Amino acid sequence: MAHPADTTDTTFDADVLQSDTPVLVDFWAPWCGPCRMVAPIVEELAGEYEGRVKFLKLNTDENPRVASQFGIRSIPTLLVFKQGSIVGQIVGFRPKSDLAKRLDAVL
Amino acid sequence: MTTNERIDIAIVGGGPAGLAAGLYAARALRRTVLWERGVIGGQIATTSTVENYPGFAEGVNGLDLALAMRQQAERFGLETRYEAISELRRAGDGFILASAEGEVPARAVIVTAGAEAIRLGVPGEAELTGRGVSYCATCDAAFFRDVPVAIVGGGDAAIDEALFTTRYASKVYLIHRRDELRASKVLQERAFASSKIEFSWNTVVERVDGEAAVESLQLCDVRTGERRSLPVAAMFVFVGQRPASELLRGLTRLDAGGHAIVNEWMETDVPGLFAAGDIRAQSARQLVTAAGDGVTAAIRAEHYLAERFDAAA
Repeated sequence: MAHPADTTDTTFDADVLQSDTPVLVDFWAPWCGPCRMVAPIVEELAGEYEGRVKFLKLNTDENPRVASQFGIRSIPTLLVFKQGSIVGQIVGFRPKSDLAKRLDAVL
Repeated sequence: MTTNERIDIAIVGGGPAGLAAGLYAARALRRTVLWERGVIGGQIATTSTVENYPGFAEGVNGLDLALAMRQQAERFGLETRYEAISELRRAGDGFILASAEGEVPARAVIVTAGAEAIRLGVPGEAELTGRGVSYCATCDAAFFRDVPVAIVGGGDAAIDEALFTTRYASKVYLIHRRDELRASKVLQERAFASSKIEFSWNTVVERVDGEAAVESLQLCDVRTGERRSLPVAAMFVFVGQRPASELLRGLTRLDAGGHAIVNEWMETDVPGLFAAGDIRAQSARQLVTAAGDGVTAAIRAEHYLAERFDAAA
């Protein structure tokens, strides 16, 4: 199981927008119950997609700039970026098979 | 593809009813698998504080309680799978459960799929979901700091979430189609005492307006027919739930509201098929009663397996 690293307001450009590999960003906050349920699923996916997709997480409380830049109004939200553009957006909790399907569709 | 695994008791839905059933079924040494399509805990997973579950004098966080229930059941051997069951049917002397992962046979099934939030069904609602329209204030209220928001509904959930939302919003408009609340008196008193909550009685939402995010709601006074626009950045909807009983349709009897009809043992009219918790008819729809239902179903399912299969073996 791979643990997604943190990305922040300061590192987001380099971590995500300038990445050559597709990136999945898990927008979460400590007070969000469903986010706590998404995290282990994202970790499992990170293991399964290792080398193909980079998995990162962003704490929306500590990094309001990125959260507002992408209009995040509900968490958990997962955004998938390819060459700096959003190619997929998943709002709310979804089962793992759903997430994998949505991810495969945009890769 | 049907797997060869043998499941004694399959549980569909990981809310309090399913977790309590899972605890008893697993503790009776039956091979028990629980499927959850969303968040473990169901409706309590997004409840910030559960104040009415006996044993927690100071209240307990809903998700923490759900995770503790899961951990307790798993300690006795319950297995949890995060997949949606798309079809349930009878097969031989048992059942088949279908999910994206394939088909799995089970000897007895307890459906504890609970209830899901009712949408208003007005223009703009679906388009702006996740962009200001939300069904979970505890999840999303923090994104609306120092701006006005609206809560739609008048029951316990609506008032509880309105009170939670006052932590962040500059103003909370409570929009209710009647002239009195259904919520419990203790919650009502707290809401009436809040200087941030303003009530719009006899009012319904007709439309959600906004380009990229919610900007305003079109409201209609149901008595006078007068329409007005209310500028808000978010609309949280709590107008009730409907039973998530699609799996049971055609398999067993449902009442007019879609609730499963069961006897006092949570048995449907199909041998080996049980329904418990908010999905069943005539439930008090409380966390405690859902857990109690789940336990009753598990005990009866255990008897069913003993009579139907163990005796024959």
